[in-house]
Amino acid sequence: MQSHILSWIIFFPLIGAAIICFLPKRLESWMKPIALASTVPQLYWAYKLYVNFERANPSFQFVEHTSWILRFNIDYYLGVDGVSMPMVLLTALLSFICILASWNIDKYIRGYFSLFLLLDTAMMGVFCALDFFLFYIFWELMLLPMYFLIGVWGGPKKEYAAIKFFLFTLVGSVFMLIAMLAFYFGSVEPATGLHSFDFTILANQAAHIGILKDPVVRWGCYLLLLIGFAIKIPLVPFHTWLPDAHVEAPTAISVILAGVLLKMGTYGLIRISYPVLPDMARAFAPVVAAFGLVSIIYGAFCAMAQKDLKKLIAYSSISHMGFVVLGMSVFSNTIGINGAILQMFNHGIITAMLFLLVGVIYDRAHTRDIDGFGGLAHNMPVFAGYTGLAFMAGLGLPGLSSFISEALCLIGAFQTYKVMTVLATTSIIITAGYFLWTMQRIFLGPMNERWEDLPEISLREAACLTPLAIIVVVLGFYPMPILDMIGATLRNTVHLVVAMR
Amino acid sequence: MDPTTFKDYLFLIPLLPFAGAAINGILGRRLGLRAVHLIALGSVLGSFVLSVAGFLALVSIKSPEARRVVSVLYQWILIAGQTGSFHINVAFLLDPLSSVMCLVVTGVGFFIHVYSVGYMHGDPGRARYFAYLNLFTFSMLVLVLADNLLLMFVGWEGVGLCSYLLIGFWFSELDNARAGMKAFIANRVGDFGFFVGLMLLFWTLYVSSGQAVGSLSYGELKGAAPLLLDAEPILGLSVPTIICLALFMGATGKSAQIPLYVWLPDAMAGPTPVSALIHAATMVTAGVFMIVRLNFLYLLSPVALSVVATVGALTALYAASIAITQNDIKKVLAYSTISQLGYMFLGVGVSAFAAGIFHLVTHAFFKALLFLGAGSLIHAAHTNDIRKMGGLRAHMPATFFTFMVAFLAIAGIPPFAGFFSKDEILFSTFNAHLAAPGLGKLLWLVGLMGAGLTAFYMTRLVIVTFFGEFRGGESAEEKLHESPRTMTGPLVILAVLSAVGGFIGLPAVTHLPNLIGGFLEPVVALKGGAASHGSHSAALELGLMAVSVAAAAAGIYLGWYLYHKRPELPGALRERFKNLHAVVYNKYYVDEAYDRLFVRPVIAISRGTGRFDLGVIDWVVNALARATERISAGIGWEDLKVVDGLVNAIADAVKYWGYHTRRLTTGKVNHYLYSVVLGLFVLYLLVLIT
Repeated sequence: MQSHILSWIIFFPLIGAAIICFLPKRLESWMKPIALASTVPQLYWAYKLYVNFERANPSFQFVEHTSWILRFNIDYYLGVDGVSMPMVLLTALLSFICILASWNIDKYIRGYFSLFLLLDTAMMGVFCALDFFLFYIFWELMLLPMYFLIGVWGGPKKEYAAIKFFLFTLVGSVFMLIAMLAFYFGSVEPATGLHSFDFTILANQAAHIGILKDPVVRWGCYLLLLIGFAIKIPLVPFHTWLPDAHVEAPTAISVILAGVLLKMGTYGLIRISYPVLPDMARAFAPVVAAFGLVSIIYGAFCAMAQKDLKKLIAYSSISHMGFVVLGMSVFSNTIGINGAILQMFNHGIITAMLFLLVGVIYDRAHTRDIDGFGGLAHNMPVFAGYTGLAFMAGLGLPGLSSFISEALCLIGAFQTYKVMTVLATTSIIITAGYFLWTMQRIFLGPMNERWEDLPEISLREAACLTPLAIIVVVLGFYPMPILDMIGATLRNTVHLVVAMR
Repeated sequence: MDPTTFKDYLFLIPLLPFAGAAINGILGRRLGLRAVHLIALGSVLGSFVLSVAGFLALVSIKSPEARRVVSVLYQWILIAGQTGSFHINVAFLLDPLSSVMCLVVTGVGFFIHVYSVGYMHGDPGRARYFAYLNLFTFSMLVLVLADNLLLMFVGWEGVGLCSYLLIGFWFSELDNARAGMKAFIANRVGDFGFFVGLMLLFWTLYVSSGQAVGSLSYGELKGAAPLLLDAEPILGLSVPTIICLALFMGATGKSAQIPLYVWLPDAMAGPTPVSALIHAATMVTAGVFMIVRLNFLYLLSPVALSVVATVGALTALYAASIAITQNDIKKVLAYSTISQLGYMFLGVGVSAFAAGIFHLVTHAFFKALLFLGAGSLIHAAHTNDIRKMGGLRAHMPATFFTFMVAFLAIAGIPPFAGFFSKDEILFSTFNAHLAAPGLGKLLWLVGLMGAGLTAFYMTRLVIVTFFGEFRGGESAEEKLHESPRTMTGPLVILAVLSAVGGFIGLPAVTHLPNLIGGFLEPVVALKGGAASHGSHSAALELGLMAVSVAAAAAGIYLGWYLYHKRPELPGALRERFKNLHAVVYNKYYVDEAYDRLFVRPVIAISRGTGRFDLGVIDWVVNALARATERISAGIGWEDLKVVDGLVNAIADAVKYWGYHTRRLTTGKVNHYLYSVVLGLFVLYLLVLIT
């Protein structure tokens, strides 16, 4: 089983989904426990991966490689390296927590949980696939459950949000598809002489032939991929699907969306764009950094202007993902890119906390209007405490996880982009501004009669939040568990980008 | 304890209060009151005892240069690059400077914890209060003990968080919450500068030293610092100057100097012991500590040092002028703190680093005492307004007596603590050689005026609160009482320290050892020893001393004359200079100006951005969607006529052919068999042909 651990971690939720699909209606009450149970082994395997992953080895591990579609030289090729490991851990953890957080779903339970597990499989697949075609299938596979999960279980404007999400992502996918085909026809596997979708072969510049040797095509492919991924991250100005999707999506789906899906954009850049087109990665780096900077500042200002709490968190995500992009567009040192991957993980945890907290308050008050609250710390002190911690993590307080990753992104970027980094650093003021202002408007001030009866956070809700809170604090004082894992691979990545030609 | 053994226990100094905070923070509401107190006070007392042990361990090292204990706890961040690496440790450094700071933080901190037991009596949020207070102590100890800049930044922002939490401790009042937020954001503005300075420092040295400073530790930085002088200037400013000024920006936030001081007066919304601990004795001095810690950087840039000195002197005078007009006892003391911090910056700005720390220590004693005394008054009179106090000396003798000691200390009357430290700063300023000629003398004059004003506003405060008749009404007068022992005890101890604390730093003219100066020398070693001592005549030193005592005496006399002898005069003067008074009373309208210049524009920008996002970017997206819909609707019509027409035509054709071929499907098996055979025959023929 050990050798097929990645297949298991990817496809096990699918078994759960199948069981839920065919469970008779009278056993509906079993569906939630079954869904939860099908994510537990994932956690176990993720733990196994974490323990057995060789930190010093920069290449792919736990590899599974067999031919799949011979005609087109498409392989079933799985493996994880330092970049995918944190994402796999994040996906496993958040999937489990999100099922727990979805316990209050009471509409079409069968559909919700089977779609959710399908989504889980697709996400895991994206982070483990080493064949572009396989990657693309998993990538597209995410779209379907996500569309329905927003469109059916969402808020009042769910149809609009779902279709917007769908179309935006589809545009990105089409761009990616074009680049993928160009890669395929522009590459040849040295051993067999066939075209290839294999990432490891595509990353070998000697395997490039014909069109992929043409700088204009390379430039075009990089741009297509960049836009495709920019939509996912999302970078301003490709971001407007995100606030709508978040506001309408049910809590757990927002968590997955911000916690895992956004990371696929930056993951794709590092997994595909950088190794295959390192020269273009260098050429585009200042542009990418500028996009990161704009997202950081623009997202922060937009967040400050929001009246809807969930929208505020959504915009803060844009701002925080900007740090990832800024950090990973530096190749003169490895600090920035390490910070970027760490920030992807940290942001996944923190934003999950934030959206879960929004869900807690929305379930009780049925509103998310920030100005409508006030004084909630009186009757919900524990909830206020969790929120305070999450907000402090959001504003990058030293001692909490995000400080280290954001600081590393900035420090790394500073070497190459001095002015841009100084501008990006101003966001720590704006971010503190909107988080504290929100804290004040929701929790502080005199007791508000209207919300007097809101019950304190429940045990289940606390159980969702507590592991995340512990991670935020522990990684703030000791980030090495993640940094250890990613360092060797990233050193390799940067070397690859710098070394070419 | 010998130093090598102590090294293994060093981490306990910050860890004990952290444990206290964690226990009280998580379990506080379930623990009994006694347990909460025991944990909170016990942890800080433990840290204090360890700090004393650490101090003794340091002193036991014969060679002053070797008084340096570094304890690496674990590797915090490690990022290996192709060549060098970025490796930050969680490491603590005990040297004379951090030892002095630890003693102040845990010592004064412990007494304030004790005082808090009495002051917070009956408050339902006590467990939370003590958890925050312990968390603050932890953060402050991390700040002073950290062995590298990044870890120091953890403490630096950690104290800011605790300050935020404690200013807004009584969060039912929205104003308290707002004050906390203001403090945090003003500090963040400073921290922005601090972080930029840190990045510039790191990269300049990292590149020029061949990656030898990857740990950001003070030792490595100090070793490589001279390389900064070779760096290309940026925009005409030398790199060390930019770095030092950027770091100083952080100090103006944390230590409430011009232009970022505005948060400190508002911070008085917090409980009074918090004001004493955080906003007087410890946290606000972090900026001074930082500059002394990085003195090797500042010494590379005379320009930066001159800026520090000038900002310090101006703040000292400016804040003192506001203190004169305030009627809230805590506001008076807050401006007084800003002013005294200005003296500390003046001291470090003229390279008298030891003098700056000396004043930091004495100020911690007497200002904590003043705040705790004020707390005692507020506890009794139930108001902050000094106009509703008066004559309290009779009701509260212990508070009165100890307050008077602090008064003499801050006013600069020998031999009380403040006299020695302030005088050393002024003396060093007079003799300083700064970036501009004559600047030292000018700043000395500014400092001297500030000293006179200090004596004046403190006299006013003392007379209005303790002397004359009680003005708070009869019902309030009946309730007046001396505070409980838990509160007066710390007052007495701090009074003793304020009275004799100055003897640790006797001036050179006495020919007695300057203990603190000598102790700190290895950390702040200047070229040719402490610049302020030795090289100048004793006559000059005595003369300047006499001038500053005279200034203090004049201030006290004026205060006594105006508020005691001729109490009708201040009102008349206020009438006479109505506009001037209004300007000063309203703190020169700086808050209002900042609101117009920064706060509102930022909010306007954010609203504008939000509207732009919806109105432009999202509009374009939706317009694209609508256009596509429109086009597809057009195509749909086309579709109906053309494509569908075609499809239907095909269908019709199929139907037609189907109608005619239908007759082939007769339903008789033999017919089908014939056709199969026929088909096979045709295939066979085809194969033959090809």
